[in-house]
Formats: sequence, structure tokens, C-alpha cells
Amino acid sequence: MISTSRPQIVLGLVAIAALLAMPWLVTSDYYVNIATQIVIAAILAMSLNVLVGFGGMVSLGHASYLGVAAYLTVYLTAHAGFGPLAGALAAIAATTILAMLFGYLALRASGLGFLMITLALGQILWGIAYRWASLTGGDNGLGGAVRPHPLGVDLMNPTAFFYFALIFLAAAMWLISRFIQSGLGQSLQGARDQPRRMRALGYNVWLIQWLSFVFAGFWGAIAGMLYAYYNQFVSPQTLHLTTSAETLLMVIAGGTGTLFGPIVGAALVVILKNVVSAYITRWLMLLGIIFVTIVMFMPEGLVPGTRRLRGIVRKRRGSPTTPALPVTEERPT
Amino acid sequence: MRRIATLFSTTFLMGWALVTASEAAEPLKVGFMTVRSGALAAGGRQMEEGLQLCIDAHRGEMAGRKIQIITADTAGQPAVTKTKAQELIERDGAQVLIGPLAAFEALAIDDYIRQTKTPIISPSAAAEDLTQRKPNPWFVRAVGTSAQAHHPLGEYAAKELHYKRIAIVADDFAFGHEIAAGFQRTFEQNGGKVIQKLWSPLNAAEYGTYISQIDPNADAVFAAFAGGNGIKFLGEYKNYGMQKPILGAMTTVDEGILKRMGDEALGVISAGWYSAAIDTPANKKFVEAVRKSYGADPGYYTVGAYMACQFLNNALEQVKGDISDKAAFMKALRNVNIPESPYGQVKLDQYGQPILDIAIRKVERKDGKLQNTVIKTYPAVSQFWTYKPEEFLKSPVYSRDWTPVK
Repeated sequence: MISTSRPQIVLGLVAIAALLAMPWLVTSDYYVNIATQIVIAAILAMSLNVLVGFGGMVSLGHASYLGVAAYLTVYLTAHAGFGPLAGALAAIAATTILAMLFGYLALRASGLGFLMITLALGQILWGIAYRWASLTGGDNGLGGAVRPHPLGVDLMNPTAFFYFALIFLAAAMWLISRFIQSGLGQSLQGARDQPRRMRALGYNVWLIQWLSFVFAGFWGAIAGMLYAYYNQFVSPQTLHLTTSAETLLMVIAGGTGTLFGPIVGAALVVILKNVVSAYITRWLMLLGIIFVTIVMFMPEGLVPGTRRLRGIVRKRRGSPTTPALPVTEERPT
Repeated sequence: MRRIATLFSTTFLMGWALVTASEAAEPLKVGFMTVRSGALAAGGRQMEEGLQLCIDAHRGEMAGRKIQIITADTAGQPAVTKTKAQELIERDGAQVLIGPLAAFEALAIDDYIRQTKTPIISPSAAAEDLTQRKPNPWFVRAVGTSAQAHHPLGEYAAKELHYKRIAIVADDFAFGHEIAAGFQRTFEQNGGKVIQKLWSPLNAAEYGTYISQIDPNADAVFAAFAGGNGIKFLGEYKNYGMQKPILGAMTTVDEGILKRMGDEALGVISAGWYSAAIDTPANKKFVEAVRKSYGADPGYYTVGAYMACQFLNNALEQVKGDISDKAAFMKALRNVNIPESPYGQVKLDQYGQPILDIAIRKVERKDGKLQNTVIKTYPAVSQFWTYKPEEFLKSPVYSRDWTPVK
């Protein structure tokens, strides 16, 4: 459950202020672009977190929504003559419909079966993108997308695009936290923890999970649309299993079932992959070491882990204002 | 993390500024995109070796200017490639780019290169359309296109080897499709017939299923593979007791992997714009230098990066080291003319694609080592072979489903 305790709100406000001021704090457009990538990855990770963290449904196919929405956005706007808004809306709508179908198929199973079905569906899409070369350009990918000019703002400007993406992140944070607190979100967590009891109480667990699945797919599509406009290019790599796995790592590293966890995880992965790799050739190894460290010392993820450690420190000082909650309490299985 | 990175780079830049302040001319910053992690890392390392060799040969200076190479690892992923291009251009101030390795990486930054108007020299990406149907005014290539070496091979197979029916086995990705189609086009024009095309996935674990499907009526097999796949295919081909002669693409028996092959590679006839066995003074000197520094023969990636760097040198000499006028520099880069190089003589066509001597090569053992002995040379081969560029460009790009016009 999301706790909107005071420190978290303060932390959130500080983070928002830092994000808004970001373009003035850095010296080069390069860092603005990195921040934009973090924002896009964060939206994707947050949407996956709805499934993994709150729904207890571990998916290895979440790149599907990123990739399909990105392919459709590029294809529709650059090759099929759609306008930027119409193309984006059509791409998001089509991807959401795809999520409805995938949810219908994947939710026939739970646990490991669910994981394998999402994995298989994602691989099918990757195969289509790779092989249907006349439509997708095959492994050469699809390019030529032009960033739109909403309300006369030129999104080719990195700072403008950063704010553009930030609007979607803010909307995602607000709507996802509303969703989690809503009756549907609460029953989703109930279905995660006690599916049989929920069923006995008369809840339609399948429907709850399916609606959440579609909701997550919708935000994945938003991330895909932003991804397409940011890169102006899309290739099968976007749909690849590694993209899904990377997104799952972001969620797990940051902290499943928290609002800020996926954002922290996304920042960690994007920075390691793009910035640190310039200084350390074996950055993949570093990534591995960091994840092992996280798993060893903060198995619940960075955000809840830090909160727990802070709680311990505070207790030692003798001011037990906020007692540390062991995370296992949140997850009776 | 970001603050540490910034701190690190600022310190580095300040240090650099102190060092260079004493020198008259500012160094020219060259961004080099290679692959150090993932499946393509072997090719990436060879590219780094080739580039380093060229920089050393020029003692770090071209046209009187110091050359500063800034290397970035694209991990072989298109989205990362774009970020790395931004890093090199926006943060590090690279004025010219050399790279990236794979065609899909080059295509991923195509729009960005146009926006920033950064001259880029490709040391390995062979996708046809980069210099054909989607030419980028800021792009030149220091290697052949996928089909450039295989148009002559198709003619050679029909006219000199007198093959009538050929089965093609190729990697199932754009590079394999383009090679196969280029070969098929000229082979069939000269009276041959491609009777079968088998596409094996890029990461195929074994080729037995494909080898056993090969039509017994075929006179020979054309095997077009990239990366390490040639090693696996040729090894299994021999183990299956196949007797049909093999024609190879340039990368099937590339020097980079030839050293890991044995008798199974003997007799494979392939075509390429380069062979380590080309018998010219320029190439002998180059091969000697590579052997001395890295203990191996140069192949596709090594020579590609080396030549990309020579292109840069040639263009810089034309503009006397002054790169401030980008259009003039780009014109010089398009105007590259190197009379003697490992490739032989190199000139560019109006699309930024080199016109290259194509060698027909045969794998032989010499001094206990496999090499690609040159058995025939087609001089000055264009990316359009003997076709008129306008007509060539009207037909769609070579693909998996490409069939010759009847």
C-alpha cells in the first residue's frame, strides 16, 4: 500500500523541484537528454510496477507496449501520413487494445505461467518486428519520425522535450497513485495477497487483474509514444526480451510496490548504461555488482530499503517517531 | 552519480585545457563509436585496433593538427548509440565521428547526424541504402556496401566457375539479405539459377537442419554469414560430409575469424574489397604492422576503421586542417582520393561510397596459416556494379523477398 507519510511528500516535492530546475543545473544538452530518457524509462517502470508491485503479476513482456506504441507512432506519423497528434493517439489506442488481448491471454495463468506467457507474447512481437521487414524495416529499424510542435513549442529543443516528457511523468504519478488508492487498486492488492479470500468475498479477481493489466499497458504505450518521439527511430531492440528484463530490474532495484521506487530504479539503470559506461568499460559488471549489493543489503529495493535504514538510524538515536516497517509485513503470501 | 560523472569530466577537461593551452593549434576531436560489450564486441575490438594503428602511423597528428580520439561504447544497441552520439557531439565537442559498427546503429543516428550536421565516416556499416536511397549529405563510408563485392562474385561463379545451379544459405538479417540478392542478380543475369534460398537465424545454435535441406541438384552452395557464424557453418558442413564446393561472402571467411578455422575452410572462394594477402607494398606494410602490434591478420573491421581514419587524414590535408567550415570539409571528405592504400586505389562516387577493387579470393594454407589468396581482381567496382545508378536506385532495396525482374 502506498503510504503518503509526510517525509515522502517532502521528498517528492524536493524531487519535483529538482526535476523542474534540472535544465538550468546542467551545462550541456547531453544531460538534459539523459534526464529525458530517465523520465521515459520511469513511466515504463511505473506502469510495470502496477503489475509487479501492486498486482503481484511478474511480467517479462512489458517491452511489448513500449515497442508496439513506438513502432506505431513512427509508422503512422512518418510513413502513413497521420498527423503527430492523430498518430500518437491511434498508436496509444491500438497498443491499449493489444494490452486487452494480451491480458486476456496471459491471465489464464498466474505466477510462473503468467511470466512465461508474457515472455512468449513479447517474443512473438519481437519476431514480427524483425521479420516483417516490408512494414518494420527488419533489423534496420524504422526511422524518419519528426517531433511534433504542440502549441507552437518546438520539441526539437532538448529542454522543451524534457518538460514535455515530464508532464506525462507527473500525470502518470498522479493517476497511478490515484489508481492504487482507489477501490480497484485496493482490491488489486487484495487479489495479490489473498486471491481466494477475495474470490470468496465476491470479487471478480480476474476482472480486477485484467483491468489493471490494461491500465499498465496504457502507460507502457505512453512511454512508447515518448520513446518514438525522443529517438525518432525504433528498432527490434525496443521489443527485445532484454528491454523487458531491464524494466523489471528497474522496478525491483528501486522497490516494488512503491511510487518512487521505479523512478529511482530507472534513473539508476539509465545513468549506468549511458553515463557511467563512458568511464567504465565493464559497466555491465558494475551493474551486476550494484544489483547484487542491493539484493544483499536492501532486498526490498532502494526506496523502501533507504527508508528502513533511516528508521534504524533514527531508532538508535532514540527518537522513534516513525517506526520502521519490515517489508515482509506488506506481503503476506 | 551524475555529479561524480560531471566532476570527473570537468577535472578531466580542465586538465586537458592546461595541457593544450601551450600548444598553438587546438586538437581536433574525433568521436569514435565502437562496441565493447555484447555480441558485437569482437568486431569492435578489431575496429579499435585498426584506428589506433592509423593514429600511431600519423603520430597523432594530421595536417599539422593533433588528433584527440574520444571513444564511446554503443553496446550494439540503437537507442544507446543515439545517446552516445549526443555525448560525443554535445558534451565532448567531437567535430567528426567515426563509427558506428552495425548498420542498424548507423540508421538510428541518421536523423541526428542531419540535425547536427556532423561529418561521419562509417568504418563498417554496409547497409546499401545509407549511400543509395537514403543518402545522408554528412555521411561517407570507408567500406563497401553489402552487395558491392558480391555482384562480381555472382558473375565470377557463372562465367568462370561455370556453375549453373546454386543454393544460398545466409544469415536472416538485412546484411545477409542484401548480399544474397546482389549475388543472385548477377549470377542469374549470366545464365545461372539460384534454386534455393535458406535463411538461418543470426543466433542459430547449429546448422545441421539447414545443411541437410540443401538441394542435391545444386552445383555449389553460397554461404553468406557474418560474425562468428561462418566458423560454425563451415565446420558442420564438413562434418556432414558435404562435398559441394562453397562460395562465401566476404565475412564468411573474414581474416578476423579465419584464424579459428581449419581444413574445412580450404578452397572456399569468396569476394571482398580486401584480403590480407593482397600483394601490394601498401598492404604488405599494413599487414606487417597489424601482425606486429596485435599478432593477427587484419580483417573486415580492422581495415575498415584504419581506412576511415585515412579518409579523415586525406580530407584534413585537403582543407589544411581547418574544419571550421563544415561544408568545405564535407566536400573534401566526399572528394577523398587515396592512390595507395591496403584497398588499392580509393575514390568516392557522388553518393559518398568508395569505388573499390574487388578481389576474388580463395582460402589456401600458406606457411601453416590460412589466408585469402587473391585469384582475380575486378578493378574499380562501383556500388551499382555495371548498372546505371538512376535505374539501380529506382528498384527497391535488396531484401529477403527480392527476386530478379524477369
